[in-house]
Amino acid sequence: MRIGDSLPEWHVEATPTFVISTALATRDFQDVHHDRDLAVQRGSKDIFINILTTTGLVQRYVTDWAGPEALVRQVNIKLGAPCFAYDTLKFFGQIVEREQQDLTIEVVGRTAHGDHVTGTVKIEVPA
Amino acid sequence: MIDIEKEAARIAEQGESAPRLARDPVNLPMINNWLEAIGDEHPGYTEVAPPAMVQVWTMAGLHGQRTLDDPLGAMMTILDEAGYTSVVATNSDQTYHRYLKVGEHLSVTTSLEDVTGPKRTGLGEGWFVTTRSTWWVGDEAVAEMRFRVLKFKPARKPDPKPETPKPQAIRPSVNRDTEYFWEGTRLGELRIQRCGGCGLLRHPPGPMCPECGAIKPKYLVSEGYGVVYSYVVHHHPQVPGKQTPFVIALVELDEGVRMLGELDGEPSVGLPVEVVFTKVDDELTMPSWRPRADR
Repeated sequence: MRIGDSLPEWHVEATPTFVISTALATRDFQDVHHDRDLAVQRGSKDIFINILTTTGLVQRYVTDWAGPEALVRQVNIKLGAPCFAYDTLKFFGQIVEREQQDLTIEVVGRTAHGDHVTGTVKIEVPA
Repeated sequence: MIDIEKEAARIAEQGESAPRLARDPVNLPMINNWLEAIGDEHPGYTEVAPPAMVQVWTMAGLHGQRTLDDPLGAMMTILDEAGYTSVVATNSDQTYHRYLKVGEHLSVTTSLEDVTGPKRTGLGEGWFVTTRSTWWVGDEAVAEMRFRVLKFKPARKPDPKPETPKPQAIRPSVNRDTEYFWEGTRLGELRIQRCGGCGLLRHPPGPMCPECGAIKPKYLVSEGYGVVYSYVVHHHPQVPGKQTPFVIALVELDEGVRMLGELDGEPSVGLPVEVVFTKVDDELTMPSWRPRADR
């Protein structure tokens, strides 16, 4: 695990079931995450993933790669284009800093509409 | 008129909200629901929770009411009143001081850090509202979050265009002199008027032969081949049923007469062309030209 190392690309199919089940599992009951009629009324194309889920996906992307021994210390994310139902969310990542066992990984999650999320994750890996 | 910045300063001055207790302690059923939905098969979450779940524990829930001293809620109300009615989360920066154990009961405090605006954004004019939250187990701070939302006036969508009826093609005026021609196109025949007296071919049709004066026109069916004698590329004005630019060619038929028609293709003088029939409706079939396939 060195600076510049890339994480394997990972794809998430944001099915309506995925959008809704993750919204409910994160206890986010905003209608735009489960009710397409209301989402469309509010100017959205469809229901879309909530921010708590994006944080969870970014964490999972990094820990799937780093292994279960890695400890997550920080997840910072900035949202761009919404990730709508039926979008494919593609994750890319790279190690940008390493200080002993502390790694900083830059993550981008992209849909066909553009960058859904850009962020950094700080983890601590076993020696 | 609401002074948003003044209201923001007032709320920020109030500092941290009182601790709000999570509905449930950190627990395995909620952890498992989360893992299942996210699809995370990390084996380590049997006694501790995934760090990224921290905010989940203190979500207000399905019928959640904001507490009176909740600065984000207060700021949202002010911006609602000022007409910024929509909200979207833009940033979440979470720092986890340690993993949370099953059974620990979290509470959260929140303060208003910053309100910036009005900004023009892709979604519409809005204000960025940044809060800082701290999660506590007892008096130990276990996690922190800087959270930013954009509270905006949805950009007005242009009114949907009224359904404009599909423009009709310009229809030829069909009369007794020209009837035979349009009857022919319906049958896939390109008919050329021929004098019933002297046999002269002529186009466009007319009642009387300019050569012999006979008024008994007949017709001949053309082979449908010719060459471009001249052409124009029409840009303006718009023509009902047509996308500009389009080409109108004067085609000299092999039989000798010249005939106008639209040309579908790159025009040039002398270009060999053949006729094509396009059915507009049951009444009308239009002849036009295309470059000959066999040349």
